[in-house]
Amino acid sequence: MGFSKRTNAAGVAILEIDGQLIVGNRQELKTLVQDGLDRGERKFLIDCSRTGYIDSSGLGALVTLSKKVREANGDLRIAGLNEDLRALFELTKLDTLFHITPSAEEALAGF
Amino acid sequence: MDDTVAAPLRLCVHRSAERESPRTVSVVIDVPADVRFVEDAIELMARHCFSGGEPCKRTSFRLRVVLAEALTNSILFGAGGNPSRSVRVEAELAEETIRLQVTDDGPGFNPREVPDPTAPGALGRPIGRGLFLIRNLADRVEFNEQGNSIWMTLPRS
Repeated sequence: MGFSKRTNAAGVAILEIDGQLIVGNRQELKTLVQDGLDRGERKFLIDCSRTGYIDSSGLGALVTLSKKVREANGDLRIAGLNEDLRALFELTKLDTLFHITPSAEEALAGF
Repeated sequence: MDDTVAAPLRLCVHRSAERESPRTVSVVIDVPADVRFVEDAIELMARHCFSGGEPCKRTSFRLRVVLAEALTNSILFGAGGNPSRSVRVEAELAEETIRLQVTDDGPGFNPREVPDPTAPGALGRPIGRGLFLIRNLADRVEFNEQGNSIWMTLPRS
């Protein structure tokens, strides 16, 4: 449970959320992305294929990160949402704000 | 967790007598007002709510999200994130429904004054989606008059 981060050969930082993204751990994700931005990384993929649930604080963290990455001329994408998570993004209309792909592979192919 | 947190989660479970019909179970968890306890409180409550067997994935998801939202709101805005204060989470388990209640000792708020986070111009805001999610994921949502206690009804299966 938690976050893991790796960078692929194309320089995309892949952050996997294993478990929950909620009020108690959102700061950890924000720090991971901010540290990447500070080191010059500009392409980020948030992989949710092992994510259980996300609360509004987690959604808010993603909104904040997306804005930060965009302001740095970068690209942040989200992949691997299950049916419930996808419904959460649609309900809040955040699916219109993010670049969302069904799988991490599809997201990486499009970067 | 560190020792600045005053108390761990406190759990109390009451089962109605076998002769009572319908039989109900009530579960009470007192949570220190610290967001680091939210996930543990949710999992503890979920374990009791679904002790008869895991429900469908959607119900399990809905319970965890609405509890996370109500608990976080109460901890941060009701109890001011002060871990010496606590927030109470209660569940009444009937045969087909779960009625969750989250109560804090704060002044309460007016749920009718919470703006729509999907309104034009609001989408880019990082906050303000909690009550919206509760209203959309629970079958029924009620507040007490003071606005410091919320009831959320979900199916049990």
